[in-house]
Amino acid sequence: MRKGQVALHASLSIGGLLMLFPFVWMILMSFKGTPQMLNNPTDWLPSPWRVANYSDALSEMPFGLAYWNSFYIAALNVVLTLLTSAMAAYAFARIRFRGSNALFVLFLATQMVPSQVTIVPLYLLLAKLGWVDSHLSLIVPSIANPFAVFLLRQFIRAVPVELEEAGRLDGAGRWRIFWSIVLPNIRPGLGALGIITFLASWNSFFFPMIFLNTTELATVPLLLQRFSGQHGAIDYGLTLSAAAVAVVPTLIAFLIGQRKIINSMAASGLGGK
Amino acid sequence: MAVLTDTRRPRASAHAKQKGVRTRDGWWATFFLAPQVIGLLVFLVFPLGYAVVLAFMSWDGLNPATWVGFDNFAKQLTDADFLRSIWNTVKLAILTVPLGLALAIAIAVGLNNIKGGNVYRVLYFLPVVTSSVAAALMWQVILANDENGVLNTTLRNLFGITGPDWLGDTGWVIVAIAIVTIWSSLGLNVVIFLAGLQTIPPQLMEAAKIDGAGPWRAFRSVTLPLLSPTIFFSTVVAVISSFQAFDQIFVLVNPKNNEGARTIVYEVYKLGFVEFKLGMSSAAALILLVLTLIVTFVQFGLQKRLVHYDA
Repeated sequence: MRKGQVALHASLSIGGLLMLFPFVWMILMSFKGTPQMLNNPTDWLPSPWRVANYSDALSEMPFGLAYWNSFYIAALNVVLTLLTSAMAAYAFARIRFRGSNALFVLFLATQMVPSQVTIVPLYLLLAKLGWVDSHLSLIVPSIANPFAVFLLRQFIRAVPVELEEAGRLDGAGRWRIFWSIVLPNIRPGLGALGIITFLASWNSFFFPMIFLNTTELATVPLLLQRFSGQHGAIDYGLTLSAAAVAVVPTLIAFLIGQRKIINSMAASGLGGK
Repeated sequence: MAVLTDTRRPRASAHAKQKGVRTRDGWWATFFLAPQVIGLLVFLVFPLGYAVVLAFMSWDGLNPATWVGFDNFAKQLTDADFLRSIWNTVKLAILTVPLGLALAIAIAVGLNNIKGGNVYRVLYFLPVVTSSVAAALMWQVILANDENGVLNTTLRNLFGITGPDWLGDTGWVIVAIAIVTIWSSLGLNVVIFLAGLQTIPPQLMEAAKIDGAGPWRAFRSVTLPLLSPTIFFSTVVAVISSFQAFDQIFVLVNPKNNEGARTIVYEVYKLGFVEFKLGMSSAAALILLVLTLIVTFVQFGLQKRLVHYDA
């Protein structure tokens, strides 16, 4: 290895450790008890290691339930987004119809609108439908996803038209062609979009905070925010043990699928935001 | 298809066939588009139109609404609190976008030039998949202005510097927010730039080297121009998402207690969901939308001069 390589590795490692530090600090703090934070606040290591922070956090608020809520909402978001946006993307890429271009421009334009601009009317609309304080408020409106349509349209355009024509000659209809020829050929695109959609739903906080009230309906980020609101600056150890409960399983899942996850988000650029 | 058409009256029958295909295509297009288009109309287009109407009304959500014309906009644009929230929003973008992207480019170039960079890629990416609420709580403890705030205690013990009250001070708080924002978005920008760098043909760098260009010169004259479309795209996205930042700010520093942390988005939230001034909230939201559009158009204008699209 040349000198330059060593210097590069050194500086990238220092940067990497800085990125990692908040996680390490979270874990260390999560084992500290109140007496230590009052008497020896500058000690880096917990002494004693207070494991009870975790059992206290878990018994005080239903984190297990929140995990289930977050998981099934994110999973439904993925299924509905993949199906409906692939259908729309197929229509834009492969079916000639009047107004196709105008409609596509409308899709692109709405992508520019920040979700905060529509939040008050959306709340009023969902209140009318009786969906406030229900998971429907987090599942149904997020179907509308111009970014997903745009992304999958790119993938469908790259599928050779000959494949579809072969299917047509075999007597397959539009739906058969879409389902058994187009979808299997855009699997990487669907995978990337699925990962992005799952993460966006899993970590989303603004919508759950606005739409949900009942503690039992809360998603993980919402429950964590409420938990911290009750303990916050009073008991860092307890708050951060709850944060660790929320974060560590996600990080493990990320480490297992890191290559796929990173590549998906890099390829689509926007990262679902 | 032509093979199957009737040969006896080719023109007429081809015409009929085509028309049949077209109406059936229209039907299929409707079918395939329906879920997304209905979703878009109901949950994006309709609320947007509703927001525009609301912005010209005074309404608390319960009592009858009254039409107030441009009053909401006039009030907002002369209100010191709201003007400060615009300034805070702009300040956050200025603090995060150039520095965040420059760091990301530097790291991406570094990663592109070493072997075994995947460990770093994963390390830098961890914050991207971390919930913004949890991230804000981690940083809250690091930046705390008491003995447990590890940043200030370290600054004092190692360098003898008294750190600022990161989260309590109205001036420093935006810097604290910027630090957390850069930390959480850096990894995504790194991998986007890395993907951009990998499309640059290695022959070009070798040619530059043969011509006697040093690493900095090669970076300025080869890497940067070829990366400029990616930089442009990332800048547009970074500015937009900085304008819309909410979660981390809301959890990191309750903006209720620190006016330095109140951005336009926070005002939209507070007016709408705390004070129930739905008209004022919508007007604030539309001002944010217009600001976003103006900045994006300016960027697209600059793009023509600064971005190179030919490899």
